[in-house]
Amino acid sequence: MKQKYAVEVRNAVKTFGDIRAVDDVSFMIKPGEIFAFLGPNGAGKSTTIKMLTTMLRPTSGQLLLNGHDVTRDQDKARKSFGIVFQDPAVEEELTAYENMLFHAVLYGVPKEDQKVRIEELMRLVDLWERRDSLVRTYSGGMRRRLEIARGLMHRPKILFLDEPTLGLDTQTRNILWDYVKKLSKNEGMTIFFTTHYLDEAEQVAQRIAIIDYGKIVAEGTTKQLTKQTKTKTLEQAYLKLTGEGIRDETSEDFNGLNVRNVMRTGGVR
Amino acid sequence: MSEIYILWWRQMKRYLRTRSRIFGTIGQPVLFLLALGYGLGAVFERAGQGDYLQFLVPGIILQTLLFSGVFWGIQILFDKRFGFLKEMLVAPVPRVKVLLGNALGGTTISIIQAVIVFIVAVAFGFRPQNWALLPLTLLIVVALALTLASFGAGLASMVEDFQGFQAINNFLVFPLFFLSSALYPLTNVPDVLRILASINPLSYAVDALRYTMIHQTHFGLGKDLAVMAVALIVCVTFAVNRFNRIQV
Repeated sequence: MKQKYAVEVRNAVKTFGDIRAVDDVSFMIKPGEIFAFLGPNGAGKSTTIKMLTTMLRPTSGQLLLNGHDVTRDQDKARKSFGIVFQDPAVEEELTAYENMLFHAVLYGVPKEDQKVRIEELMRLVDLWERRDSLVRTYSGGMRRRLEIARGLMHRPKILFLDEPTLGLDTQTRNILWDYVKKLSKNEGMTIFFTTHYLDEAEQVAQRIAIIDYGKIVAEGTTKQLTKQTKTKTLEQAYLKLTGEGIRDETSEDFNGLNVRNVMRTGGVR
Repeated sequence: MSEIYILWWRQMKRYLRTRSRIFGTIGQPVLFLLALGYGLGAVFERAGQGDYLQFLVPGIILQTLLFSGVFWGIQILFDKRFGFLKEMLVAPVPRVKVLLGNALGGTTISIIQAVIVFIVAVAFGFRPQNWALLPLTLLIVVALALTLASFGAGLASMVEDFQGFQAINNFLVFPLFFLSSALYPLTNVPDVLRILASINPLSYAVDALRYTMIHQTHFGLGKDLAVMAVALIVCVTFAVNRFNRIQV
């Protein structure tokens, strides 16, 4: 059955104690769409992704991936998506190739396709020559590239990219976005990504949502957003919507939960 | 099946590539064997209890399995802290399978460690009473390794950081070990110690090992195996339950 929406989020709420990290968020993404999720640090981007990717249970609300409820139908929901995490998640004591193989088996890539796909993707991110080195010896950028290659391997229907270009050079960023656009166009893959580089969002995303203090404050194409805010660029629109102040967020180390800092709830808006 | 295999495979690769871990977790039991086995041997014999090394080796095998199992739990904590757990948890594989694959890796590692310690013990002069019973010993070791790896996995799933794990080590694992019959016979100890050791499942495990290795038993093999079976079920349930609740 063809789904009308690849991603459906209805009234999603996630609270940590008194903090409402995600506060009644709703949005829909059509199959094949490239959707950017923007917001200041600690606005609720990662928490939303974590709920969508079954890492965190929502406090309330309904989240569907490819029609599968992420809390009630976890296995089917998990089969629908791939993710490139914000923080590194590779095994250092395995070689790059072994990391790819591990992923291929765990994500049910057919055995006959495994080798071909691993080589294809590792060549794409230019790591094929270094495939037999332990990831421990990789630089930050190389790890990032490996993770991107890995996230693409099982050809998911929906791909989550949580700040995928953090720490990447311009060349790799371009390769990545070109490939992502191709996946969306040729394979109908739905792309959901977050980034702090607004030029990326402007160039790549077909639709953008801006989240702040756990709520979606604006949603639409770049054109619609600039029109709505009477600004010229996405960056100006973004700053107008979210303010110029610097945000705090509690450390990722704390539970790995991207919680808004308690201090901020009393802050000035 | 292949998912479980790849999870096990990764644990083994990791283990074989970090040699320090192999020596680190074997060093301690070997030290105990040397210091206690030789150091206290004469006193033990004079007290009319026979050869202490013979008595001690099953206890040291248990120690190896306990520390190796709980130490392996740290692996889950590592994976949690350094992100790799996320990769496994969002995979379209039921969590029970993820846990099982990892725990089987931990179990295999523990068994390898125990076998190495056994060989070292034989080199030190330990002789099993009946070599024909060794397959039974191995069976007990396998069950025990699975129990203790599950125990370690459950503990690691509960704590958030290495300090927390260290506290568990100090306040749970060490007392469990020292307040069991691993290091001394329960025949002539004060009542407090005997009662504590009698409610400690590890005492039954070491008793079963002792039965198959040197033909000595305090509780009787039937009781030992019954307690071990219950402990296995409890620990596996505990691990599954805790692991299912992990949020990353």
